[in-house]
This record gives sequence, C-alpha cells and structure tokens, in this order.
Amino acid sequence: MISLTPIDWLQLLLHFGMLSLLGVGGAITTLPEMHRYLVDRQQWLLDGQFNVSVALAQASPGPNILFVALMGWHVGLNAGGGWLAPLGALLTLAGIMVPSSLLMYATGQWLHRHRQMRLIRAFKQGLAPTVIGLLIATGTIMATAGAATPGQWPVWLIAAVATLLVWRTRLHILWLLGAGAICGAFFLA
Amino acid sequence: MGTESSSNQARPQCASVAEVHATAETVAPRSVRELFLAFSWLALQGFGGVLAVAQRELVEKKRWLTREEFTQEWAVAQIMPGPNVINMAIVLGARHFGWRGALASVAGMLTVPMLIVCSLVSLYGQIDHHPAVAGALRGMAAVSAGLITATGIKLIAGLRGNVLGPLACLLLGGLCFVAMAWMRLPLAWVLLALGAAGMALAWRRLEP
Repeated sequence: MISLTPIDWLQLLLHFGMLSLLGVGGAITTLPEMHRYLVDRQQWLLDGQFNVSVALAQASPGPNILFVALMGWHVGLNAGGGWLAPLGALLTLAGIMVPSSLLMYATGQWLHRHRQMRLIRAFKQGLAPTVIGLLIATGTIMATAGAATPGQWPVWLIAAVATLLVWRTRLHILWLLGAGAICGAFFLA
Repeated sequence: MGTESSSNQARPQCASVAEVHATAETVAPRSVRELFLAFSWLALQGFGGVLAVAQRELVEKKRWLTREEFTQEWAVAQIMPGPNVINMAIVLGARHFGWRGALASVAGMLTVPMLIVCSLVSLYGQIDHHPAVAGALRGMAAVSAGLITATGIKLIAGLRGNVLGPLACLLLGGLCFVAMAWMRLPLAWVLLALGAAGMALAWRRLEP
C-alpha cells in the first residue's frame, strides 16, 4: 500500500503528458521509460502489475494504448483502491492522449489545407512503401515473438492461416479471432 | 476553422450533400454520430491492435478512404507522436467535422474499450491461473499478427499510382522489413532514414 498526495497525482498526469510527445511510432516505444518512472523511481507499481497491464490491454478489444490506463488503474489500487483506481486510469490516459492529439489535430488540418504543396505530396508518397514494410514486419515480429520457445509452430501456423484468410477472403475478423481463441485454448494451453 | 472547412471541403450534414462531395471511389461520413459509432465498432473488433480492422472498416466497408489515401494518412499518423490509430481517427474526424469530428472519433475509439479493459483487469485475478485462458489469448494474438501482415499485403495495391515507381517502392518496403523484422533496428531510425530517402526521391519526381 502506498499513499499519493494531490501533487503526486498531478505529477503522474504531467509525466504521461511529457511521454505523450515523445512516443513517436506509438506509446509502446516509451515503455522502458514508464517502467523506470513508475516501478523503479516512484515505486507506485509492482513489476507484475506493470506486465499484466501491457498483456491485458493487448488481449482486450481496442487500441493498445489502453495499457497506460491500466497502469494508472493499478497505481490507484495500490493507493487505496475504490474510486482511486478509475481516477488513476483517467489521469494516465488523459496525460498520454491530450498533448499528442492536439498536436496531431493542428498538424493534420495544416497538412490538409496545404495538401497540394510539393513537399507534402512528396512526404506522403515517399513514406508509403516504408510504412507498408513496417506493417508486414510488425505482423511477423508478433507471430515469431516467442520463436525460441518449444511448441511455437502452432502460433506460426495460426498466424499464417489468418494472414491468408484476411488477404484472400472477406471473412469477418471476429470469426477469425474466435477460431484463434478456440485453437489456442486446445493447442497452446 | 469550422466555417473555413465548410467552404472548401466536403462537410456534409446529410446524405445528399455527401454524395455531391464524395469522389467516385469514396463517400463521406454523414454525421458526428456516425463517426462515433463507426470508431466504437472498429475498436471493439480490434484485439491486439486496431490497424487491420481500421483498414477493413474505413476502406473496404465504409469507403471513407481509398487504399492509397489510407496508406498516406497512415504514414502521417505513424510519424507523429501518439498512438497511430488514434492519430488516424483524429485526422479523419477533423477533415469532415472539425474538432467535433476529431473528438467523436477518439471518444468512439476509447470509451467502450476502456470500460471493458477496466472490467477485465478486475476479473483477471480470478482467471489467470487457467491454462486454457492463457492459450486462448495466445491464439488470438497469433490471429492478430496474421491480420496485421495481411493488411500490409493488401495495402501494396494502393502503391500503384505512387510517383516512386514499383522498383523504388519494393526496395524501400523490403529494406524496412529487413531492418525491423530481421535486424531489429529502432523504429525511429528506420523511419527517419528510409522515410527521408523516399521523400527525397518523391520530391525529385514530382513536378513543381
């Protein structure tokens, strides 16, 4: 059990607000810094709670950024629970969302207004192939993450079949996820 | 900003106006409410990331963006700080309904998933020792890995009209794949180096 003063809560908000503007390529890139701050320095969060926050957010529907809300939730739990858990979740999520969103809003509107400028057309078209390569790499990394673990081949098989089905058919994604969950419960448990 | 965007940009309030402003390939969202609901539905299907679902819903089902536009907006969303799917939602919402659209899209993306994930974390303590639950989660993670790969493959079609040409596209995309998946270089460096190279090349080929 820990206790947080109002100043501590404000610091939590501001720290995530700062990380918000550093997270180029997704907030996940600031994960090491979050660990350093929450677990090592402030000791507001246990190691296990930190990992569970990331894993649960990945397994549940919605953007992965919600792992940040779960970290705040756990800080609230450690600080006494009750309404402090949702408060922590809202503070960390607001911190990580608001600054980058405002910047994106302003930039997006500006880019759209000047979309005929040669520089902006070059920027968008020049980056397109790199972004596609990045997507395919991300999928591959996710599928092969535990490559050293024995019994990993069913994961590759499921990922490969899912790739083919999404690419070639219009099967609904929820059916695929359901089938993946069932296969996983039987063959990956 | 609201009046400005209504004068030079599709800002339809009803279906008939939307049809006037939409190109042959795309349509515009009809209302802020539709944005909120579409992004909620999109987020609820996105396990382990929303990108694959976003491509399917925004490009294939709703037809709010072409594949080419999706890739280009995605590039911007990726290079800016912040979660890329949220950035994408902001850009799309803002384009059609200004700050109200941006707010509706982001709220749609976050509200219901936030409630679900907070309920899950409360339940988690009771189920985490079941091996079948852990297995099911791994199975779903494998499927979402496949979703992302397939999305990348599908978006290749959107490169057809790119000024870089097929060879340079293949080279840049392939180098990015090798740098990330094989050499595991930091994302920021890869984006900076390959992005700058692609941009310089595109700049030279685009007529002033």
